[in-house]
Amino acid sequence: MEGLTLSDAEQKYYSDLFSYCDIESTKKVVVNGRVLELFRAAQLPNDVVLQIMELCGATRLGYFGRSQFYIALKLVAVAQSGFPLRVESINTVKDLPLPRFVASKNEQESRHAASYSSDSENQGSYSGVIPPPPGRGQVKKGSVSHDTVQPRTSADAQEPASPVVSPQQSPPTSPHTWRKHSRHPSGGNSERPLAGPGPFWSPFGEAQSGSSAGDAVWSGHSPPPPQENWVSFADTPPTSTLLTMHPASVQDQTTVRTVASATTAIEIRRQSSSYDDPWKITDEQRQYYVNQFKTIQPDLNGFIPGSAAKEFFTKSKLPILELSHIWELSDFDKDGALTLDEFCAAFHLVVARKNGYDLPEKLPESLMPKLIDLEDSADVGDQPGEVGYSGSPAEAPPSKSPSMPSLNQTWPELNQSSEQWETFSERSSSSQTLTQFDSNIAPADPDTAIVHPVPIRMTPSKIHMQEMELKRTGSDHTNPTSPLLVKPSDLLEENKINSSVKFASGNTVEQIGSNVTRQRSHSGTSPDNTAPPPPPPRPQPSHSRSSSLDMNRTFTVTTGQQQAGVVAHPPAVPPRPQPSQAPGPAVHRPVDADGLITHTSTSPQQIPEQPNFADFSQFEVFAASNVNDEQDDEAEKHPEVLPAEKASDPASSLRVAKTDSKTEEKTAASAPANVSKGTTPLAPPPKPVRRRLKSEDELRPEVDEHTQKTGVLAAVLASQPSIPRSVGKDKKAIQASIRRNKETNTVLARLNSELQQQLKDVLEERISLEVQLEQLRPFSHL
Amino acid sequence: MAVCIAVIAKENYPLYIRSTPTENELKFHYMVHTSLDVVDEKISAMGKALVDQRELYLGLLYPTEDYKLCRYGYVTNSKVKFVMVVDSSNTALRDNEIRSMFRKLHNSYTDVMCNPFYNPGDRIQSRAFDNMVTSMMIQVC
Repeated sequence: MEGLTLSDAEQKYYSDLFSYCDIESTKKVVVNGRVLELFRAAQLPNDVVLQIMELCGATRLGYFGRSQFYIALKLVAVAQSGFPLRVESINTVKDLPLPRFVASKNEQESRHAASYSSDSENQGSYSGVIPPPPGRGQVKKGSVSHDTVQPRTSADAQEPASPVVSPQQSPPTSPHTWRKHSRHPSGGNSERPLAGPGPFWSPFGEAQSGSSAGDAVWSGHSPPPPQENWVSFADTPPTSTLLTMHPASVQDQTTVRTVASATTAIEIRRQSSSYDDPWKITDEQRQYYVNQFKTIQPDLNGFIPGSAAKEFFTKSKLPILELSHIWELSDFDKDGALTLDEFCAAFHLVVARKNGYDLPEKLPESLMPKLIDLEDSADVGDQPGEVGYSGSPAEAPPSKSPSMPSLNQTWPELNQSSEQWETFSERSSSSQTLTQFDSNIAPADPDTAIVHPVPIRMTPSKIHMQEMELKRTGSDHTNPTSPLLVKPSDLLEENKINSSVKFASGNTVEQIGSNVTRQRSHSGTSPDNTAPPPPPPRPQPSHSRSSSLDMNRTFTVTTGQQQAGVVAHPPAVPPRPQPSQAPGPAVHRPVDADGLITHTSTSPQQIPEQPNFADFSQFEVFAASNVNDEQDDEAEKHPEVLPAEKASDPASSLRVAKTDSKTEEKTAASAPANVSKGTTPLAPPPKPVRRRLKSEDELRPEVDEHTQKTGVLAAVLASQPSIPRSVGKDKKAIQASIRRNKETNTVLARLNSELQQQLKDVLEERISLEVQLEQLRPFSHL
Repeated sequence: MAVCIAVIAKENYPLYIRSTPTENELKFHYMVHTSLDVVDEKISAMGKALVDQRELYLGLLYPTEDYKLCRYGYVTNSKVKFVMVVDSSNTALRDNEIRSMFRKLHNSYTDVMCNPFYNPGDRIQSRAFDNMVTSMMIQVC
């Protein structure tokens, strides 16, 4: 079906017609019977009607949705105007007169009896004379009055025309007021719920006369559209089916009647403000239901056992299967008993079913226990506001229903599947709170497709990474989110990358410092990096002291490693900028330069200490002072090494890998560090060599800059193991290399000492031999 | 993928039987029927426990060429049996899913029982039950 453009008049007219046909108040589907009546009233040949139905798609869909209905109406107008029936004609034919629907009173009555069987309809067909409507507004008025009459007629179900007359006077006013309130079709439709109890009451009261009374009223105020006899919509008295319901409810009807009349205005107002809720229970209906409930169960808060309910509803002469379905729908908590709300819902469903409405697959929201308030007064404002659209007729038409249907669909399911029924069946709270509760539950239900944002920490900033690293290092990294879990690896990668980058940078100290900081931040996996990123490389050894306590600890740890006067063995200095140290060591110990250089090359931190290496005493000083700066030194050295050594990546990785062996490295590193500040990194030898070659030149200036580094190196090396992980992988690597270098240094130092010792011995022997020789020489002379 | 769900009464007559592929329905019916024997056997074998709350009978009882049909059984305290034929081609090991499905079935069955308009022993014609079963058969697929 193509889009249908309607003029205002048409829109209004069609909506009224739709409301009229929408006896189920579904706002989405009109009863086929009614629609057929309407079309018959259009005085079109049957084949045309069939064609119209086909064109509008109703036959295809099996029901008349709003769109289909509108299209059908338009086609009726087209046909009545003599135009050929075509799908395009609904839009192409301009200035179509409104479709005319004419029907005699009898015909209407019969129709209503057959399909709708509501009292209100009877009203319409009462006189068959409909005062010409003042205009379009009359259309609504007609519908309004039509509906407003319904409750009245139902009230007057049993009374003759006299009572009808009285209401008759009111409708003329009420429709106006209604018109003001509801200028949209829903106004008419909202009254639909009344239709339900209307006819229902009549059967309950066995009041055929009521229908006639209704007719009178109806005729009194059913202004048809300009060209339309609204009367055609009038229905005949309810069918006998309804009459057989409850013969004993005459009194109830009376009560209901009075109530209805009293609450007519209220209902009108209420309904006008209500949404399209075909399943809403009006006050009169509810009162009636309550009365019925009392007959079975005097206590309104009590339950009706299943058996009693079964008997009661069996009287409605509905098929057991349908009653079973109604029970399934209404027994909200599935306890086999009906509370007042459940009973009202079931009753309402029975009423609707008797009127020809199809049972919904799911309990409409308005019928849900929580929505039905015990106090009728509270229903007024609550019901309308509670549900934008509740009805979910079995047909589930696709037309314009409020956005709640999905929620309504799921809600019953949820309710029935959840274990919160006691809340609903309590009915103790007002509908307001119930509504709130409902609304609270509904969104919270996962089935409602409400997505709760799952907090996932995305890539954190450096700080976060550091924190993560800290956490990771400190605890067992129960990272809350996977990204965090992934972080370590990422960080490792990053660290390596960073280190490489840094190595490549070969920049100033500041940069190095920044790099160091970055490294530390990234080196989440660095086991030793637990402290915050150390400050940039400090030119003064004293500065390094304030870096962290770990330096002291490491210093003490590395104290044992001290050998050959090497004090604070720098924590496993990464095999990085050993070049800076290499020159130093090379200067002092060319022998060991190679190894040491390699060491130093990989331990950037040693580079800065290079100048200090020359002075062992300085080492001590540095060691002491650098204990604190170890971490910083490492960090600093790392960056130093980084810039100096690009290839220190593997070194850092190695260092990282050798984190555990840092102490060893320290030892080894300390030795070489001691020997030659640039404790040759145990890392890839080629790098150190290279480093030595170039680092010497490069690092010399760095060395100067990092004079402190020597001490720092020592400190770093000493504190290698305790360097906070936050320093970064590079640092760890550096530390590891430092450690290695230290170890190497130690070994070499030992070796050196031994060799020297041997030398001494040898010299002594030589001397002794010479002495002996000389002693023997005189003899030779002899 | 539950291809067939059946509810068998105590007297071993079906209260409800439904299969997804409309064809081969008779085959499914037959399979359910044969599985009843196995279920009865298991029930009688359970001497110590009064009733096996959830009897999981995983049996490639009838591995057809297309797919392996696993029949699962479930017996309630009232000797009402639920038999489910599952196509295990996609997921072989879904014990928990099967259990949850049976639980849902059981709940829906109790809801049907609670309906005073339902006479025990009648065929289950509840729409809600149908919907639930349909959802199970569709969702699992």
